Amino acid sequence: MKGFFGKHISAPIEAAPLAVFRILFGVMMLLGIVRFWSYGWIEKLYIQPKFFFSYYGFEWVKPLGVYTYLIFIICGLSAIFVALGYKYRMAIIVFFLSFTYIELMDKTTYLNHYYFISLLSFLMIFLPANAYFSLDAKLNPKKAFQKIPAWTVNGIKLMLGIVYFYAGLAKLNSDWLFEAMPLKIWLPSKFDTPLLGQFLHEEWVQYAFSWFGAGYDLAIPFLLLYKKTRPFAFLMVVVFHVTTRVLFPIGMFPYVMIVSTLIFFDSSFHHKLLSYVSGLFRIPKNRFDNGQVLVLTSNVKTNSKLVVIAVFFAVQLLMPWRYLAYPGELFWTEEGYRFSWRVMLMEKSGYAQFKVVSKDSGRWFYVDNSDFLTPFQEKQMSFQPDFILEYAHYLKRHFEKDGHKNVQIFVDCRVALNGRLSTTYIDPKVDLAQERESFEHKSWIIPFTDEIKGI
Amino acid sequence: MRRFFALFTVATMIWACSSDSSGGGSSDDVDPEPESVSFERGPMLANWADNIIKPSYEAFSSEMSDLQTAFDTFKADATETNLVAFRDSWLSAYKMWQRVSMFEIGPAETVGLRLNMNIYPTDGPKIDGFVTSGTYDLGLASNRNAKGFPALDYLINGLGDTDTDIVAKYNGAEKENLIAYTEAIIADMSSLTSGVLAEWNSGYRDTFVANDGASATASVDRFINDYIFYFEKYLRAGKMGIPLGAFSESVLPQNVEAYYKADVSNELFIEGFEAVHDFFNGVHYGKTTSGESLASYLDALNEVKDGEDLTKLINEQFDLAKTKVEALAPFRQELEDNVPPKNMLLAYDEVQRIVPLFKVDMVSAMSVSIDFVDADGD
Repeated sequence: MKGFFGKHISAPIEAAPLAVFRILFGVMMLLGIVRFWSYGWIEKLYIQPKFFFSYYGFEWVKPLGVYTYLIFIICGLSAIFVALGYKYRMAIIVFFLSFTYIELMDKTTYLNHYYFISLLSFLMIFLPANAYFSLDAKLNPKKAFQKIPAWTVNGIKLMLGIVYFYAGLAKLNSDWLFEAMPLKIWLPSKFDTPLLGQFLHEEWVQYAFSWFGAGYDLAIPFLLLYKKTRPFAFLMVVVFHVTTRVLFPIGMFPYVMIVSTLIFFDSSFHHKLLSYVSGLFRIPKNRFDNGQVLVLTSNVKTNSKLVVIAVFFAVQLLMPWRYLAYPGELFWTEEGYRFSWRVMLMEKSGYAQFKVVSKDSGRWFYVDNSDFLTPFQEKQMSFQPDFILEYAHYLKRHFEKDGHKNVQIFVDCRVALNGRLSTTYIDPKVDLAQERESFEHKSWIIPFTDEIKGI
Repeated sequence: MRRFFALFTVATMIWACSSDSSGGGSSDDVDPEPESVSFERGPMLANWADNIIKPSYEAFSSEMSDLQTAFDTFKADATETNLVAFRDSWLSAYKMWQRVSMFEIGPAETVGLRLNMNIYPTDGPKIDGFVTSGTYDLGLASNRNAKGFPALDYLINGLGDTDTDIVAKYNGAEKENLIAYTEAIIADMSSLTSGVLAEWNSGYRDTFVANDGASATASVDRFINDYIFYFEKYLRAGKMGIPLGAFSESVLPQNVEAYYKADVSNELFIEGFEAVHDFFNGVHYGKTTSGESLASYLDALNEVKDGEDLTKLINEQFDLAKTKVEALAPFRQELEDNVPPKNMLLAYDEVQRIVPLFKVDMVSAMSVSIDFVDADGD
């Protein structure tokens, strides 16, 4: 145990991998923000909609109208500071807060990889990523260290490992493995992909993709850890993520993952990379190679930092299992689905027609969802129970403000999952206006009529 | 670690075995595996364009010519007989319109054909004002509720209680203005129609068919969106739901299609409903033959669910809904005579049931994204 602790936690290792990670992370995030802005998504996703779906407990996080742009500017600037390693601690805190704020504004846009970025940036608050090859280190030689404790780099490796491994575990279910669902639906529709397109309608290809995908996710953290398999593993990383990029609209994520996995490489690789960058920008690299070792003295600050990180990882390891506390099929109820690395796992879509009833008069009418929601919001709302409930509450408030009294909200909702025929999703007799959001099971979800075996 | 590899090995073996049993040799004594999906979108687009869309527009264009002829006769001699002939021509063209209204893509989308041809309820007082003043601009978006088929409905059926009264108007003090306004509306409709048809004949057809990829901007994806949108908003809601008060708490009989004619709204609905159904099955316009279609696409995707295939379920729901609607009186009568209009509500529910079949089941089977959602997924 002591040996393990010494080797992977406290032993001094080269700081270069962490520095490279910091720079690439900052650059990728900046590109991500610029890309998001240039597509007009800030306007479209955060300014135009009339209503925003909140995370339970974060109802106070809302877009700020035109000032929403400001949050993106702050986020982008802090990413630059992170990349430069200038006022790093402050920069990464600001980045974490602004990025997370953006993600909390509307649950509609939830993506696992945004969550991943939030977690990573949170973790980075506690890492001495500015110890090497940074402006901070240049300006203040006292803060410059060539070597840092091993846990700092291993923390990031662990985070990446969790993402991959849990994403792999989530695929170990009968739909994915034995029905090749949802790839059986998705792949044939990509028939116009160059080179690959003509094969995607073949059933064996769909199975091969499913099994390879699951195997890849489960194995890749280990293959990256071992020196012998590492070059091959990295090749797999590139092939895998480029393929997903070609086939699916997943934005920056593949590039972020490809770049992140570089941290698994030996420090010699990172030194070479940094030497190259040094040459390019005429930064004298040798000034950072000062032989200084960062040793965290055992004091309250260090210890509490380690406790925070330990708790952080404990939560990460447990979070994906919380679905076990809920009855019913996870894919159907989605209770415990988010924040668990369940990526591209199901083809699910729904249709929800809301009925507004004035309890006193018995008069009723249907809601035209497009009056309140964007097409994207409507799409996401119509198969996720927490969205449906929040929207129902919004409708009640809206129509009561309009002068209707004692409003009841009912929904006729049908959902199809992984190629099954659509069935009724929400009990149409339940007045959703009376139901409250909580972490408890939502008893008004009609149980799944089929069975999906596995994790 | 070792356990992991063990797991992985086992998994790989299961895969190896299962793929053996499913992808294995196709000897004669074993049922051949279902054909893998190799549906080509190009031929479906060609079938849509050449056998459904273009012939429908051509037929509609010829209906518009007939309408013009009938109007010319009426214009020359505003008798009751000629009014009846003019009205018949209007109804016939209106019915044909129901067969092209759903094709709001390409040239029709550019000019906003549907919004220019068939906005109802029409604004009677506004039309009266235009007739009296003799000045109006039918090109203005704000005047869409004073032109097209609904305006003609008002001018042919709504100016008086009896044909005698109506003919009297056309021979009365505002005779010239009335004729001129009616003529202007028909001219506007004809020119829009011939413009759209001309574009389909001069290149758009090839653009439409050539765009046979799979993306939010490909013809199939876009048209499926337009098609479902038409069904949901214009057919289901516009012709039935809104007049029924499904979205407004109280019935709105004045919002039925062809309100002044009063007894054809159900016929117009059925015509549009059949057109959507025929389109689903790829039935060639005016013929009993059919080609590649949404139905054959679904069949090719081999979406057998619940022991029944989706094509069959959709067709059955269409048939059921049609039976229910056919049993109804004209909608205005249903709404004015029944409180609440129970039978029409029940028929509406059956029409409504097609929406999730399209929007959820069909769309997800084809992996078409509903409406152009331009954001990342994960």
